[in-house]
Amino acid sequence: MPRQTRRGGRWSLPDNGYRGLLAVTAILFGALAVWFLVAIVLQAKPAFATLGFGWIFGRVWNPSHGLYGLLPFILGTLESTAIAVALAFPIGLGTAIALAFLVPSRVRPVLSTTVELLAAVPSVVYGLWGLIVLAPIFRDTVEPFLTSVLGWTGLFNGPNNGPSLLLAGVILFIMILPTMVAISRDVLIVVPVEQVEGAMALGATRWQVLRKVVLPGARTGILGAFTLATGRALGETVAVAMVIGNSPYIAHSLKSSAATIPSLIVNNFGESTGTQLSAIFGAGLVLLVIGILVNSAARWLVWSTGNDSAGVELGR
Amino acid sequence: MTSVLEVPVDPIVERRRAVQAAATASLGRRKLGSRVALGVCWLFLVIAVIPLVALVFYVTAKGLPAWNAEFFTHSTTPEGVPGGGVWNAIVGTAVITVVATAVAVPLGLLCGLFLAESDGRTADALRFTADVMTGIPSITVGIFGYIAIVRNFGYSGFAGAFAVGFIMLPVIIRAGETAFRGVPRSLNEAAMALGARRATIARKVVVPTALPGVITGALLAIARGLGETAPLLLTIFGNQYLQWNPTKPMAALPTLIYSYSSQPYADLVQVAWGAALLLMAVVLVLSIGSRLLAAYLRKERR
Repeated sequence: MPRQTRRGGRWSLPDNGYRGLLAVTAILFGALAVWFLVAIVLQAKPAFATLGFGWIFGRVWNPSHGLYGLLPFILGTLESTAIAVALAFPIGLGTAIALAFLVPSRVRPVLSTTVELLAAVPSVVYGLWGLIVLAPIFRDTVEPFLTSVLGWTGLFNGPNNGPSLLLAGVILFIMILPTMVAISRDVLIVVPVEQVEGAMALGATRWQVLRKVVLPGARTGILGAFTLATGRALGETVAVAMVIGNSPYIAHSLKSSAATIPSLIVNNFGESTGTQLSAIFGAGLVLLVIGILVNSAARWLVWSTGNDSAGVELGR
Repeated sequence: MTSVLEVPVDPIVERRRAVQAAATASLGRRKLGSRVALGVCWLFLVIAVIPLVALVFYVTAKGLPAWNAEFFTHSTTPEGVPGGGVWNAIVGTAVITVVATAVAVPLGLLCGLFLAESDGRTADALRFTADVMTGIPSITVGIFGYIAIVRNFGYSGFAGAFAVGFIMLPVIIRAGETAFRGVPRSLNEAAMALGARRATIARKVVVPTALPGVITGALLAIARGLGETAPLLLTIFGNQYLQWNPTKPMAALPTLIYSYSSQPYADLVQVAWGAALLLMAVVLVLSIGSRLLAAYLRKERR
């Protein structure tokens, strides 16, 4: 007679208990999220209580004179993100198209995997490389060159710095590029092959097929990738703090030092107390609100537009 | 004279010729346009690959010389003192990641199971929360860790693990849910028809079937947690001595790279490169390993 096998239900919870356990963990997670939000709001409240709401748009950050203007940091965050995104959108999309359709199929998986892997490289490594390798190149070569070519725009006034708004934007661009490429590529390759073949049968060239069939079909997913990359650039802390120069003034040129909200928090956190500490938490709250808005917009774009691009995985 | 021999102009042939000429011209134009546009895509591919390759190359070339026996076995020393390593930071990162993983993975997977098994307003709200949380700026999580843990218990490895785990949690939840939802309904129903309890089904059917996806998701979340710097800067304080006890301030690789990178001393920058190479290598090995493991498990099942 065979040995009696272990009964499946022996260690099992009854159905109620199992469901209860799942519900409790879910509630725990929800509570954690609420705690996170409430904690930051409560800690930022004293700043809003003493300074009102005007300090968010104040132009001067000078805690020793009681001035906590956040505008230079908000602008620095938006400007560095704008540089990164302006570079990453066309280049990322072009790279995704090349990876999805142009590269020989033998190299394709290798290149695609490499790009996806690079999305996992910690941002502090990008920052180290930017500070030690790229900054001297920017100071001695890139910035003088851009000044001589584009100096008339007025965007490149002042001395060549190395660490600058421009370098921060470029580092962010390199950092968000793998994300942008990986997600765009995923949505480009799921466009139905019948549509592509139909367009080709009508005599369209490869580019016409891409522009009139593939890109419109993948529009939502690309928009989602774009927004997620933007969110990543907005919230990046260390890579930016390492290469932006950290000066609390509104940048008057792409070559001048600036600061972002995350770099403000990291650099001033240690020595802050009282209103200043609360103002730093308030800066975190402002950043959080911007970040949540951008992210919700991304999710909403992907969810709401009917073409879900076959439910592409956007989480990273 | 010539008028007699000349073939009269056939309007249909003329028209056909005109159409053909126009079509050839259009095709030429469109082909040129296509070439140019696709050429630009190739160019962008090159532009994108150069800095990424340069990054990996530089980190490897500058980091490798820092790797020696002392680098992996000794704690950090002040500048000018030879023989320093990053053992204390390796231990710190390992302890913080292990603690964060031990809490976030089970919690996240149970949450993912809940989301996979329920549809409704609560589940939708939680799903949306998890989605948004995957993208919140990590520095704000550092602030949360400071407010929630450091304010009450002081700087510690646990505070860092709390913040890192908080960042990993939504990633694991969503990866887990996706994996659990991929389990065929027929398997569930077969188990139910055999009279199994839901917990038994989860343990013996859903989780084993979804294992490749679960492992990939968990490893990717760990890889992400390993490299988080900003939250640690606000929570662990740093420690130049070896510290295994997570209730005390600890060192970590990412924060060490961050603080050493701006030092004017060449030997400390050298240590930062070595640490960056180590961190990058571990993260890449985890990412590649998760893919290989998932592919292996899938093949094994067939």
